[in-house]
Amino acid sequence: MKAPPFGYAKPRSLDEALDLLERPGAKVLAGGQSLIPSLNMRLSSPELLVDVGAIASLAGVRVNADFVRIGALTTHAQIERSEEIRKRVPLLAEAAAHIAHPAIRNRGTLGGSVALADPAAEYPACALALDATLVILGRKGERRVKAADFFKGLFETDLEPGEILVAAEFPAGGESVFLELARRQGDYASVGIAAHRRSAEIRLAFFAVGPTAILATHAAAAAKKSVAAAKEALAQDLDPPADLYHSGATKLHLARVLLGRALAQWNMS
Amino acid sequence: MEHELETTLTVNGTTLRRRIQARQHLVDFLREELGLTGSHIGCEHGVCGACTVRVDGQIVRGCLMLAVQANGCQVETIEGLSDSGELATLQKAFHERNALQCGFCTPGMLMAARDLQIRNPKASRDEIRAHLAGNYCRCTGYQAIIDAVEEVLHGKS
Repeated sequence: MKAPPFGYAKPRSLDEALDLLERPGAKVLAGGQSLIPSLNMRLSSPELLVDVGAIASLAGVRVNADFVRIGALTTHAQIERSEEIRKRVPLLAEAAAHIAHPAIRNRGTLGGSVALADPAAEYPACALALDATLVILGRKGERRVKAADFFKGLFETDLEPGEILVAAEFPAGGESVFLELARRQGDYASVGIAAHRRSAEIRLAFFAVGPTAILATHAAAAAKKSVAAAKEALAQDLDPPADLYHSGATKLHLARVLLGRALAQWNMS
Repeated sequence: MEHELETTLTVNGTTLRRRIQARQHLVDFLREELGLTGSHIGCEHGVCGACTVRVDGQIVRGCLMLAVQANGCQVETIEGLSDSGELATLQKAFHERNALQCGFCTPGMLMAARDLQIRNPKASRDEIRAHLAGNYCRCTGYQAIIDAVEEVLHGKS
């Protein structure tokens, strides 16, 4: 299908973008790899697309000793190929390789994916596992929100109308595992896990198992006892709804399989 | 706000200036306005890969980019890459290996295969499969396509 009519503006600065976003029916266009299909299918009908693609301050990756700050416009392909990210936050680089296909990874952005909050998307789970901080800009200034407080529900985030997600900050270091099951390479995940540990702290985030990515705190606590206990406890964290291909019980089973594989990579038993 | 925008873009080496509706995606612009019908439209939501074109040296879905977003960009299509001879080796291998039946997916397959050839010229068979996983073919069952790309990358016959 073809998209309905809409206006289009391409601001050069964040200030100009914030002005445009105050207009009725305005919506941010970043890489467009989820928004444009939803326009084509007429699931979305904004009056104005504010293309933030030319705003330089939304681009780029900055590294310091403790964290990596990734600009919202950084594409999946850039994250996949960045030596800095692979070295300091390897979870993200591994996750990026699972996002759709090369032609889509060339345009889709970190900020777009996080702001959309698709329950089957990879980055929200990474952000939870890594305890990332999201940097948001609005008319009232900048505010910073922890990933655990940002994802509110199905395609629902802490972003207020008129606000722009400008960057995400990921603490560097630790060990991580990213695993995903999908019916075809690059399809939406059936189930996925983003796991991270730093000294004694283990964080396990699952995606495609509920309305948002979910931090499995019971399983993480039980993992200190045994893998079997962690798998058992996972039922307290997840109650996956069925999708087109899998029952909820199958998804929970698959989540346990991935949990076992992830902990095995850390030689836990 | 503007529903139509003055847009300047270069398509297969020719720079054009057109008024383009914001709602028109790139592959519709190429097909409808420029008559470049080699890029095909399959699903129009980014799943099938038939509309794959190259923008500033990177492959993209032509249905997931607005034509106005290509303002200032270099766009290359199957026509441009065929005429320049850039795809000749891949095209010959596809032909000889019967890597197409109806041919609807072939322009997108060739664009994706060429992208792999540039970025990872020693790609393994598994990497070829992964790189082409975003391009649907409903005729061949993929084996002959993978064979053709593998032949070009590794000189197998």
